[in-house]
Parts: sequence; structure tokens; C-alpha cells
Amino acid sequence: MKNIFAVAGIVIKELYRRKDFYVLFILTVLVCLIMGSVNIFNDKQIVRYLKELCLLLIWISSLVIAITTTARQIPAEREQRTLLPLLAKPLTRTQLIFGKFLGCWLACGLVLLCFYIFFGALAASRDHAWPLLNYFQAAFLHWIVLGVVVAMTLLGSLVFAAPSSNSTICFVIVATILCVGRYLDAVALAQAEPFRSILFAVYFAIPHLEIPFEMRNLIVHDWPLIEWKFIGLDTLYLLAYAAAFLVAACLVFRRKAVN
Amino acid sequence: MTAILQTQKLRVEFRTRELRQPVKVALQGLDLEVNAGEVFGFLGPNGAGKTTTMNVLLGFVPPTGGSASLFGIDVRQPIARQRIGYLPEMTYYYKFLTAEELLRFYAKIFSLSRAETDQRIPELLKLVELEHAAKRPIKSYSKGMQQRVGLAQALINNPDLLILDEPTSGLDPLGRMKVREIIQRLKNEGKTVFFSSHELGEVETVCDRVAIIHQGELKAVGRVHEITGRHASLEKAFLEIIGYPPQTAP
Repeated sequence: MKNIFAVAGIVIKELYRRKDFYVLFILTVLVCLIMGSVNIFNDKQIVRYLKELCLLLIWISSLVIAITTTARQIPAEREQRTLLPLLAKPLTRTQLIFGKFLGCWLACGLVLLCFYIFFGALAASRDHAWPLLNYFQAAFLHWIVLGVVVAMTLLGSLVFAAPSSNSTICFVIVATILCVGRYLDAVALAQAEPFRSILFAVYFAIPHLEIPFEMRNLIVHDWPLIEWKFIGLDTLYLLAYAAAFLVAACLVFRRKAVN
Repeated sequence: MTAILQTQKLRVEFRTRELRQPVKVALQGLDLEVNAGEVFGFLGPNGAGKTTTMNVLLGFVPPTGGSASLFGIDVRQPIARQRIGYLPEMTYYYKFLTAEELLRFYAKIFSLSRAETDQRIPELLKLVELEHAAKRPIKSYSKGMQQRVGLAQALINNPDLLILDEPTSGLDPLGRMKVREIIQRLKNEGKTVFFSSHELGEVETVCDRVAIIHQGELKAVGRVHEITGRHASLEKAFLEIIGYPPQTAP
């Protein structure tokens, strides 16, 4: 465990010493503040649009940070040859993968914390309310989704040679799941065989990240809290996917020659 | 003498994408023994198999045949790497860290205690003459400084065996001299050093024994004066052993 935490610590240090996060955070803040200062048609419900926009930006920014940070981890270690002195020490490849995963995931958690604190402050300034538990549920499931994305990108970084191709593929997969994932079963029903079976297989195989994505409505429309048991079940469901991606990454990395 | 690094009939093959030569043999039956306390030079032209041998010893590349061990432990087991230090050729360490942070990170991987780490880091930074730059990010270091921080990380666990892959490549004469001095110091401390180099003059100065490898095969092994033999220098002996200039038919 010590080795895993040591590797994770380096990943977190890298994130806060690079400019990526600060740039995205400042951009999100600026866009939200400008939008927040506009009061179209004196509509009091405009705050909902503001919250929706802000949450969408937070989702996009967090996905960008999660994917780009994770995609460069192993390729950068290979390119700069730091992988060699690292693996020449009593550190197993599995520990390295788990360390990288944990580092990226915790770093994403810190990023989310900053984003949601800003969001809470912005929403409170217009709404004069702090539904903290709603925020917690949305942010928590958001973080779990990022865990799946990080694990998937880590696997991709071992399969694809270039970080850019891995990032693009991961973005496309995640965006597709978020946008059309929940409609796949309905689309499948309208198809003839064998496409119907193929689409159903895809529907059941992919991680349904869109469920936590829809948690935005919980905050935007002030919906009541989701029952905790459902939050727990969704967490387990998503963590199972993260674990599967991590195991696959370990298996791929174990067979790879490092030179 | 106890052999702490040993390879027996070590063979490594790589699959290539070339149709004419689908398999490339990098090492063919390499038998090597390095004894405790000696400085061992591993020589060969580019592509001879030096780095591949080191990669097998460090568990980066699995051998196709034969065996390799460090301290009597199969190199495929991570525990075999507990007592070694390794300096790869041309490594660019984490730019966003300082030398001190980098050494602290590697110390954690070796499970060194905080007290041990606090004592060891200043010692190493003094040894590689980087005390003045300890708190500066590595991205501001010159090539020579990067190589020296690499040497410091290889020594963090006070290893019994040091594996150095072309430690002086790309360094200016002053940098080379400093690395040579460090190797000499380690030798005086009774450490075993196994290193590859193209600088034959430097090998002649610091090595107890040398091995010459060419096209994956061990061509010669022995004390420097035994290898040099009737030749004026190690360089001349080296060129003859690897068959240069090539003999032309009359």
C-alpha cells in the first residue's frame, strides 16, 4: 500500500503544479460569472439555467482533466524513461497501475471539490439556499463516474501508442454513453436481427454513466434527495466497471516489455 | 568470490514486423558472472545487446531462454531488486519535482524510514554535488545535473549492486570525471558496479574486469590487462575482438 500511495502522491503533485486545472477552473468561473450577471427578461427562474450551464461546464472540465491527466501518465513515463528507474525498484507493475489510478482519481476528487464549492457559492448567491446533501449526492456520484473514466483511460494508455489517440477515443466513448447510452435499448427494439441483439449486448455491456450525469437535475430543479440505498447501488455498479478496467490494465501491462 | 549477478545461457528474442526476419535474436546464450565488490565493465558496439542484458536483469524484458539472477534470486521476482540501484541511459526525471522530492519519493518505494531518508538525502546530494540545487525543480537542471540526480536516485537505498547504463553518455569532460570519481568512491566502499560504456579509456581506468559482447554473443571476458594482451590499448583489443576492420577475401 505504501508504494501505491507514493505513486499516487506524485500524480497529485503533478496536477497541482501544472496549469491545466487552473486554466479550466478560471474559464469555468469566468463563463459562469458572466452568465450569472445577466438577468434576461427579469425572470427569477433564470437561476436554473445558470445552474444547469455551470454544472455542464463542471462536467466537461472534470472529464477533460480526468482524461488528459490519466492518458499521459504511462506514456510520459515511457517517453521520459522514468518508468525504468521506477520499475527497477521493488515496485510491481500492479502497484504502479493502482498508484496511477488512485492518484488520478484523488486528483479528480480535489478538482471536483473546488468546482462544487464555487458552484455552491454561485448558486447560493442567487438562490439563497444551501441544499448540501443534494450537492453531496451529485458530487459523489460525479466522482465515482470519474473513477470509471480514469480506469478506462488508464487501460487505453496501455493499448494505444499515443496519448492523443487514447484521449480522443475515451472522449468519444464517454460522450456517446452520456448522450445516447440510455436510448440504446429503445433503438435496439426498433432494429431487425442481428442488429437488435448487438445493440442490446452493447446496452448491457457499457457502463451507464448517464445516470449520475442526470443527477444534475437534483440540484438544478431542487428535486428531493435520492434514497441512499440507490446511491449505494449505483456506486457499486460503477466501481465494478472501474475494477474490471483496472484488472484488464494490469493484465495488459504485465505482458508488456518495458524498454 | 561470490557471484551476485549471474546469467546462464541467457537468450532473448524479439518479434519484428519484418517479413524477411520475423524474429530478431538480441542475446544468444549469454553466460556472465559478476562478483561481489568488483567494478565490471560491459562493452560492445551499439546494438550488441548490452541494454537488453540490463533490461533482463532488471525484469523489464522476460528472457526467451536461460536464466538470470541477482543475489541468487530470479530477476523476475521484485524482491531481487531490493538491493540494487539502477541508472538508465538518458532519463529525464519528473520535471515538476525538486531533487529532494524525487529522492524522497524513491526512498518511500524502498520503505526507508523518515529518519533514514532525512539522513540519506543530504548525504547523496553532497556526493553528487547538488546540494545547492536541492530545492530547485529538475526542469531547470543541465544534462550533467540530471545525470547526477539519476545517480543519487540509484544510490538512495545504499545498494550492494549498482547497474549503470552508459552513465557518462552525453556528458562533458567535467561531468564524466565526476561520474568516474563517484564510481571510484563506490568501489572503495566495497560496492559492486556493473556498467556499460563506450568510453574505453574510462573503462580501463575504473574496471576490475570487462566483458565484450557483439551481436548478442559474449566474445571476451576477463581482467582489463588480460583482454588488452598484446595490444597497445583496450580500444585496439576491442576493435579486433568485434572483428573491425572486417577481413576482406584476397
